[in-house]
Amino acid sequence: MTAIDLPAPTLTAKDFSSDQEVRWCPGCGDYAVLKAVQSFLPDLGLRRENIVFVSGIGCSSRFPYYLDTYGMHSIHGRAPSIATGIATAREDLSVWVVTGDGDALSIGGNHLIHALRRNVNMTILLFNNRIYGLTKGQYSPTSETGKVTKSTPLGSIDHPFNPVSLALGAEATFVARTIDSDRKHLTAVLAAAAAHRGTSFVEIYQNCPIFNDGAFEALKGPAAADHLLRLEPGLEVTAAGRTWAHDPGEIDPSRQFALSRLDADPDSPVPVGIFRQVQRPTYDDQARAQVAEAIATRGRGELQDLLDSGDTWTVPSDGV
Amino acid sequence: MSSTVTELDRVVIRFAGDSGDGMQLTGDRFTQEAAVFGNDLSTLPNFPAEIRAPQGTIPGVSSFQLHFANYDILTPGDRPDVLVAMNPAALKANLTDLRRGATIIVDTHDFTARNLAKVGYDVNPLEDDTLAEFAVHALDLTGMTVEAVKEFGLSRKDAARSKNMFALGLVSWLYGRDVDGSEAHLAAKFATKPAIRDANIAALRAGWSFGETTETFAVSYVVKPAPVRAGRYRNITGNTALSYGLVAAGRLSGLPVLMGAYPITPASDILHELSKHKSFGVTTFQAEDEIAAIGAAVGASFAGALGVTATSGPGVALKSEAMGLAVMTELPLVVIDVQRGGPSTGLPTKTEQSDLLQAMYGRNGEAPMPVIAAQSPSDCFDAALEAARIAVTHRTPVMLLSDGYLANGSEPWAIPDVATLPRIDPDFATGPNHDRGDGERDFWPYLRDEDTLARPWAIPGTPGLEHRIGGLEKGEGHGNISYDPANHDRMVRIRAEKVRRIADSLPPLEVDDPSGEAGVLVIGWGSTYGPIGAACRRVRAAGHAIAQVHLRHVNPLPHDLGEILRRYDRVVCPEMNLGQLSRLLRAEYLIDVRPITTVRGLPFGAEALAADLLAHVTTTAEATA
Repeated sequence: MTAIDLPAPTLTAKDFSSDQEVRWCPGCGDYAVLKAVQSFLPDLGLRRENIVFVSGIGCSSRFPYYLDTYGMHSIHGRAPSIATGIATAREDLSVWVVTGDGDALSIGGNHLIHALRRNVNMTILLFNNRIYGLTKGQYSPTSETGKVTKSTPLGSIDHPFNPVSLALGAEATFVARTIDSDRKHLTAVLAAAAAHRGTSFVEIYQNCPIFNDGAFEALKGPAAADHLLRLEPGLEVTAAGRTWAHDPGEIDPSRQFALSRLDADPDSPVPVGIFRQVQRPTYDDQARAQVAEAIATRGRGELQDLLDSGDTWTVPSDGV
Repeated sequence: MSSTVTELDRVVIRFAGDSGDGMQLTGDRFTQEAAVFGNDLSTLPNFPAEIRAPQGTIPGVSSFQLHFANYDILTPGDRPDVLVAMNPAALKANLTDLRRGATIIVDTHDFTARNLAKVGYDVNPLEDDTLAEFAVHALDLTGMTVEAVKEFGLSRKDAARSKNMFALGLVSWLYGRDVDGSEAHLAAKFATKPAIRDANIAALRAGWSFGETTETFAVSYVVKPAPVRAGRYRNITGNTALSYGLVAAGRLSGLPVLMGAYPITPASDILHELSKHKSFGVTTFQAEDEIAAIGAAVGASFAGALGVTATSGPGVALKSEAMGLAVMTELPLVVIDVQRGGPSTGLPTKTEQSDLLQAMYGRNGEAPMPVIAAQSPSDCFDAALEAARIAVTHRTPVMLLSDGYLANGSEPWAIPDVATLPRIDPDFATGPNHDRGDGERDFWPYLRDEDTLARPWAIPGTPGLEHRIGGLEKGEGHGNISYDPANHDRMVRIRAEKVRRIADSLPPLEVDDPSGEAGVLVIGWGSTYGPIGAACRRVRAAGHAIAQVHLRHVNPLPHDLGEILRRYDRVVCPEMNLGQLSRLLRAEYLIDVRPITTVRGLPFGAEALAADLLAHVTTTAEATA
């Protein structure tokens, strides 16, 4: 996000709720995330008009309609590219992308990895329910192998993506994971993501009660503590046969990546929290700096001078 | 020795060699010399898609054709009067295009048995009667170049590379052009490589002196300046003019320009050119693909910039869905299609006009987009400004069609006075526009201007106008999602009517019908303007009347077009496709438009087109007699 030092009026969650009726299925994890976002947006101290939510296609991509900010519900998979244009055109906006596992990792996979490597100033919330909801229940690129769905009656045969591993592989500067049902953890991770300058990537485990109910149940119940590894800076972690103190600020993403592979073993806990948080110049800041630098060194462009440039010749009077 | 000087009205000259021989630079420099001299001119670069095709082969031949004259000309010329051929392949590939009696200047250096065999010459064509009907000057250009630059200590290979400048010097002498401008150009181009710079300049001078001293050329020529309007001129290619038009649109609207692009032939030079003009507030974004390129442009437009994306036909296909989003969200956007031969990858470096129907209809749903076309290289400037005007004023994506011929071809351009260029008003929404009925006012993003039906452009950062837009159907006025059948029916018709109303802002068409007695009207769009005009002149010179009208706006069509078409006994439409505009006109006006089509990757030749037009004129005259 962008830090904008403007005096913002005191706002509440209600100020960020649009007049549109929310139309997700009863029990959908998206409600919890929407509530959390509406509640925590006032804490950012931003003016409502300086916030833009962009989404692609899918259940989660209806998100912008329910927030009283600027927003665009765009086309399938392309939200990161549209957000890149917004962030590059405007320094003063806080740009958010809301996407799902199909939108971000299947049809929009290319845009996601390139936004991450460029480090465009935006916060990407990836709602991962490991299923296609809006198209009524086909397996997704995060569905476990063997998933029986309408399109895979004998079980899916594709190997799934781990979104956090993918983001770390693309050298994203902020990578985190959280869970829809854990309001406190969700809010803390979102706050850190929002405060980060550059692309923040947050995977949110989100339950789809209709097509993939209980996908993350083990991480939510009373025994959750046994199945979760809550990452904190300095926490002693063991992965790939080695033990170290977790450091999200480590520039080389190798150990963070190793950590993200922990739950490839079904008996290992699932890490949640901030995997990586490093500083690198953002694409949009640098693009603006080049424009500013060109103006500073050459002066603001004079259109007539441009048109008159190159080899020119003058015809003094009308020919006959 | 001094030679006789003969005056000519016009010359078509073609430089041809291997793709590594620097023929484009040679042609470009001679063009600049002709331009600064005051000739009217038109150019046609023609090069392979491969960067370096196998040396000495026909597919590797790169050429540059220049037509210059002492009067206003419209095309790069049909048949060269002069061919400069740097190797056997260049000779063979271009020979059939030459007019009878043409002059051929050929570098004999590469006419070895091996090179001749490579292109299928069993016998050296310089030694049999293959070239009997031409005036041939067989010269060891490479050998003379190496000799001329030996003092600079270059390897033989590097020394030989200056042979194109030797050829330029020789041809410059032949047409009485001084080479000062080209010297200055070389000095600047190779400023950091003094040996290369000095060798090129020495070769250039040696070529000129060779012409002056040799007895090979008994005659040299002069083509006097063309009478043109007073003003300042420069030579300009279509891609440069189009880029300048976009920079100008930014300045004239006060909007920053954000151009998203993915490199593609023949549009990449627009990205290259715009990337140089950051001091005008122009940002270029080289995206990961065509879709991201237009996505970023749509995002930038939503954020209050002028979003632009430039591509060629295959890229337009990839951008279709995002164009639909821009239609639905009614955001300003300029989409540039520099057309090339298709389908699929087709002929990347050759020209064609076969994307017209894609531009018109290549989107899902009823997704009308204004379509405008540039008609000459310098006209790309005006066309880009017009595209931006329509996009911003009418809140719509606009398709701007150029093509490979316009993109790389060049002509003199009367540089406009910036003060005379029309301003573009973004007219951002600044406050609520709708009465809620409870005494309060709020903002409805789809409440329209009564005349144009354009919706308000409310950009992020404007307090109180927060709103959401997207690809789902909008409720009329308030813009919230609506699946209501009657609303959808109405919104589809409103979007169509909005584009139709752009025609209200168009000036009347200009019909060129000097005698007023023509029975045949020739209609065209885009880069066929020059060839059609030149062909009409030939028909008139042969004593027949013929009328010409050319479309800048293909969608919406101008209000007065129907009446103009009905005024003539026959309407003929030459196009570099299989009849796409003809089809549109037939559907719109129920007029039997007769197509004349070519898809050879090259512009129409004026001579052949004139013959086709004349046949129409004759049959029409017989039918109405």
